[in-house]
Amino acid sequence: MITPVRRSRGTTAIGLVLTALMLFPVYWMLNVSLTPQQDMRKSPPDLFPLHPTFSGYQAVLRDQLPYLLTSLLIGLGTVALTLLISAPAGYALARLRPRGGGAVSIALLVAQMVPGIVMAMGFYGIFVDLGLMNTWWGLIVADSTIAVPFGVMIFVAFMSGVPDELTAAAKMDGAGAFRTFWSVVLPVSRNAVVTVSLFAFLWAWSDFVFANTLDSGGDWRPITLGIYRYIGNNNQEWNAIMATAVVASLPAALLLVLAQRYVAAGVTAGAVKD
Amino acid sequence: MTLARADRPQRSPAASRATATATADARDARRRRLRGRLTTWAFVAPLVLYLAAFYLYPLYRNVDLSLHHYTVRSFVDGDAPFSGLDNFRQVLGDPTFWPALRNTMVFTLVSIALQYGAGLALAVFFNRRFRLSGLLRALFLIPWLLPLIVSSSTWAWLLNSESGLVNFGLHLVGVAPVDWLTSPAWALNSVILANIWIGIPFNLVILHSGLQNIPADLYEAASLDGANAWQQFRRITFPLLRPVSAIVLLLGFVYTLKVFDLIWIMTKGGPGDSSTTLATWSYRLGFGSLLPQFGPGAAVGNILILIALVFGLLYIRVQRRQEA
Repeated sequence: MITPVRRSRGTTAIGLVLTALMLFPVYWMLNVSLTPQQDMRKSPPDLFPLHPTFSGYQAVLRDQLPYLLTSLLIGLGTVALTLLISAPAGYALARLRPRGGGAVSIALLVAQMVPGIVMAMGFYGIFVDLGLMNTWWGLIVADSTIAVPFGVMIFVAFMSGVPDELTAAAKMDGAGAFRTFWSVVLPVSRNAVVTVSLFAFLWAWSDFVFANTLDSGGDWRPITLGIYRYIGNNNQEWNAIMATAVVASLPAALLLVLAQRYVAAGVTAGAVKD
Repeated sequence: MTLARADRPQRSPAASRATATATADARDARRRRLRGRLTTWAFVAPLVLYLAAFYLYPLYRNVDLSLHHYTVRSFVDGDAPFSGLDNFRQVLGDPTFWPALRNTMVFTLVSIALQYGAGLALAVFFNRRFRLSGLLRALFLIPWLLPLIVSSSTWAWLLNSESGLVNFGLHLVGVAPVDWLTSPAWALNSVILANIWIGIPFNLVILHSGLQNIPADLYEAASLDGANAWQQFRRITFPLLRPVSAIVLLLGFVYTLKVFDLIWIMTKGGPGDSSTTLATWSYRLGFGSLLPQFGPGAAVGNILILIALVFGLLYIRVQRRQEA
């Protein structure tokens, strides 16, 4: 399909307008985060940050730093746990054909359909029993349930495509299943590892349901609760709220810039989000 | 297992000399097969244990909660009396039940219909080749990647009655301000609007990748036959995209059904029950007050699972049929 250059330019213009419309709320978040408190309820509102203030961001540094660090810790922990469970399982389901593998695959699909709020209530009961309420690592376990089924599915899809010659060669060299997995299949599945890690991190970072039910009274609370507390307590300081929102969006923005390829791959692989 | 057997080195003709060697060989083979099976299990077992501990057990706890009469005290002590289906009866008879079910259906169906429509239109648009199309398509992903609490609070501020930008825009064209989030007539529509915004990127990306699998020469042939753009869409794009559409819509249904964060942050299901869905109602019963009603909350959650499972199984069937 060859399109004349002039028509292509017109299409680009339409595309730019559509994208601008779609991203307007994001721009508005940025704009409000820089608006001084006294201009917040001004009419007409300033469409551009003409008198930008960083007081909102100073408030973030003052109030939200511990929350951000907790979210970072929980995000990284969730990535580690997710990879630990899903990569070996993906390898086995894709290459070793275990008995009952079909049942496991269906269980994983069904697992993704379970509403987060139902999981939260079940976890709440268990965590109260075991005294795990308000612990950061309890939250890592809960958050990993969002990512593990997705992770296994990505690894199965990817590792099924690893050429047979590679694993056969490893076998000829006397490598067992563990060695083949660790030194051959896992290294060539780097893309899958990146995709799964990205989404596991992002979902753990964005989680609100588990955080609010399982960790609302802990010393280590994630950034989503930091924002929620802001909204609840001082719903007048919208520039501080929006500044926190901007900072909380940074991982997503970074991912899009640094790893767009993997993000698109993850979405198309039947991605999940609730 | 058949694979492992085929891989084993062929027996040399000399081995047939003695039956003793043959039985030793068979024993050896059996041992190797057993070891292969154990190795396989070592890889899968963590996942199976994980699913049992962190999916099955919470789900079991949830069913258990919905069948007992729990109070805060008996929740900690664990001696709640069995109450059969009382919680379900209580929930079904609650004046919130029908509005919540209706809101859940309206929220889900309107959301996925409009997300799909907008996503399809954008996918067709981005399927044309033009400069920057890859970059713009990537930027379209942003709403989907943002933490829900971020997008929800941004929309809450845009729709704020006194200082929101939307009401200011209405003011410019001479329309009186609307209480988007605080009036029963508008609250549900407002959360649907925000949810559509979040869901468009997912639909766009999947439908776009579906479009790319449609062979270009079909369109060339059609345009040689004098088919215009709309006819090409009606006769080629839409029919050939049907399998992808089915998957997007079913997944969209299952995921939209369980949306909780967005509604809770924007309206808490209010005012009254006007934007309460089954998900937010379940949360409100279990965690939303100082006197939690865990049993009824879990019962609502289980009803929600049942609805999700029906459509989830439908999705699995559709997907299986496409793979076959």
